[in-house]
Amino acid sequence: MNKPAQQLTVWRALNSALHDEFTEDPSVMIMGEDITTWGTGGGIYGVTRKLADTFGKDRVRDTPISEEALISAGVGAAMAGTRTVVEIMYSDFSLLGADGLINQAAKSRYMFGGQFSTPLVLRSNGGSGIGKAAQHSQSLETLYAHIPGLELVVPSTPNDAYGLLRSAIKSNNPTVFLEHKGLYYEKGPVTKELVPLGQARIAREGAHVTVVATQLMLKRALEGAEQLAAEGIDVEVIDPRTLYPLDMASIYNSVKKTRHLVVAHEAVRDYGWGGEIIGNAAQECWNELDAAPRRLGAARTPIPYSEELEAAVVPSTADIVGEIREVLGAKSSALTNTSSL
Amino acid sequence: MTTTTDTQAPTVFNLTTDGVEALKAMTSIREFESRLPAYSKDGLIRGSTHPSVGMEAIAVGVSRSLRPTDSIASNHRGHAHCLAKGADPGRTLAEIMGRRDGYCGGKGGSMHIGVKELGILGTNGIVGAGIGLATGAALAAQMQNTGDVAVAYFGDGATNQGVLAESFNLAAIWNLPVVFICENNHYAQSATLEQMVAQPVLSRRGEAYGVRSVDVDGMDIEAVANVAAEAVAKARSGQGPTFLVADTYRYLGHMADDTEIYRTREQVEEWKGRDPIAALASKLIAAGYLTQDDVTRIANEAVISVDAAEAFAKASPYPARTEAFTQVSEEN
Repeated sequence: MNKPAQQLTVWRALNSALHDEFTEDPSVMIMGEDITTWGTGGGIYGVTRKLADTFGKDRVRDTPISEEALISAGVGAAMAGTRTVVEIMYSDFSLLGADGLINQAAKSRYMFGGQFSTPLVLRSNGGSGIGKAAQHSQSLETLYAHIPGLELVVPSTPNDAYGLLRSAIKSNNPTVFLEHKGLYYEKGPVTKELVPLGQARIAREGAHVTVVATQLMLKRALEGAEQLAAEGIDVEVIDPRTLYPLDMASIYNSVKKTRHLVVAHEAVRDYGWGGEIIGNAAQECWNELDAAPRRLGAARTPIPYSEELEAAVVPSTADIVGEIREVLGAKSSALTNTSSL
Repeated sequence: MTTTTDTQAPTVFNLTTDGVEALKAMTSIREFESRLPAYSKDGLIRGSTHPSVGMEAIAVGVSRSLRPTDSIASNHRGHAHCLAKGADPGRTLAEIMGRRDGYCGGKGGSMHIGVKELGILGTNGIVGAGIGLATGAALAAQMQNTGDVAVAYFGDGATNQGVLAESFNLAAIWNLPVVFICENNHYAQSATLEQMVAQPVLSRRGEAYGVRSVDVDGMDIEAVANVAAEAVAKARSGQGPTFLVADTYRYLGHMADDTEIYRTREQVEEWKGRDPIAALASKLIAAGYLTQDDVTRIANEAVISVDAAEAFAKASPYPARTEAFTQVSEEN
């Protein structure tokens, strides 16, 4: 029996996941900059609100601005048996701790022959859209998804934010958990059930084309799908939810059904994870594809500050709709004509 | 985990009870490390390996105060740290030679020797990286109230990595049970300390962050053992971090094929005149605890034990090719 879902914002859902995980497992701790002293007492986007009141400042630690030591100490603590969550205020700052994450955490199990688990979650946020400019708006998920040994989670909905964060904390692998700074106030039902890593979600069922997207691009893909539905184009939208492990099986199933694939992400398009998905799909579904898959991503520029400029470099709903029409080609107008009959 | 009640007070190094054991440990590590260049030359070791001949007093002197549940995070010149913490020489050498019976099944090699059951969080290929790891292990020990401590071993070169400053500060504000140990052997690969820092009294850096800082003669096992015992006891009893700067020297090159153009033969010989093993042997003979024959016997025993380690390592097969694809994550 499913419990009745509560309506929560993404940040509240994350906060709730932390509370529940801290309650369940006394070895969980979190540390980060300004996580108990900002705003109403909960970090830059409120995610850690009241956590210290309930669990104490030993398990909920404000830290100096020292990302390198923070992340590498998080790795050491995790290797020594503490389930550690490190909040990095913006994912751009995680680059100061790249050694801890990439050279230490990601390799700790492998290079020591499987002796160590490193249950570290690096929680942070990426994405653009609210004017934070070049050094507070990057979408670095592709960068981390490339590193063997790291799990990469990109939650979009409040329900997934809750369920995936709990799974990430329970995971015995180091996990990069990238929230989207533009989605913290999105509201939705939260069932408070765990969501396993490596399982995509069909965000919208459809028959004519598969769109794979996460976070802000997912939101825009769903908006685009609604627009196209009015014309008779039936879009299936898949949210992979975790980029590693990556649930390609769900994507293959969808592509084999719709015979058309578009991938939209906010990470820079070039060398982005869209290429990975399309590459896999091309190999696995070549005979089922009616058209060359298409991908959208941010332009190969830093994220500019000014609103018009920012909007120019990140795919819009109209851009996604355009690519869907493009991949459907002649079929697009055929479908439109059919529906208008 | 249980909270410790033992060894809250530092145990002073006693020549009678500790001297002979320390001599044996240092002699054995010296024998182990001295053979590495030849193994490299013979193709038994791939890549880089960094021997610590001349620096034995530090690892042995510090480890005397550590227990298996204490953590150490080591560096690229870290075999001695592992051996002194209790690592088996055969399995250590097997790892350095990339064999199946190495501690990491041949996946790590010299710069990535980890032994979970001995609290060895790894030798490390990134200069300074162990500093952050040890700080984190100390945080875990503090939060779990185990009474364990963590030790970071690093060289003078690592003092110019930012993570040291950040970790000093974290350890000081949180009063973490960590001992930062700088083995100042005066060369960061080929760069002299004088060339790379404007203020060469490294212990001042710890003081600047509020970390108790102590200079010690790293060629004197008694001195190292005593300052380490005090540092570890303080850490264990909730009195926070210590930074030890041990003055020392490596007799061999940075790694195999080091031309050593950055230093003189005379300097190397001068430091050999302060050899920690010879000094301790002389003291033990002078005090009447050992004869010269005993010292020779200890050296012979070291040869025999490293012969056994070598035979074990060489007899160990290389790992199966399929092993390359395992242990990337918990699931595979």
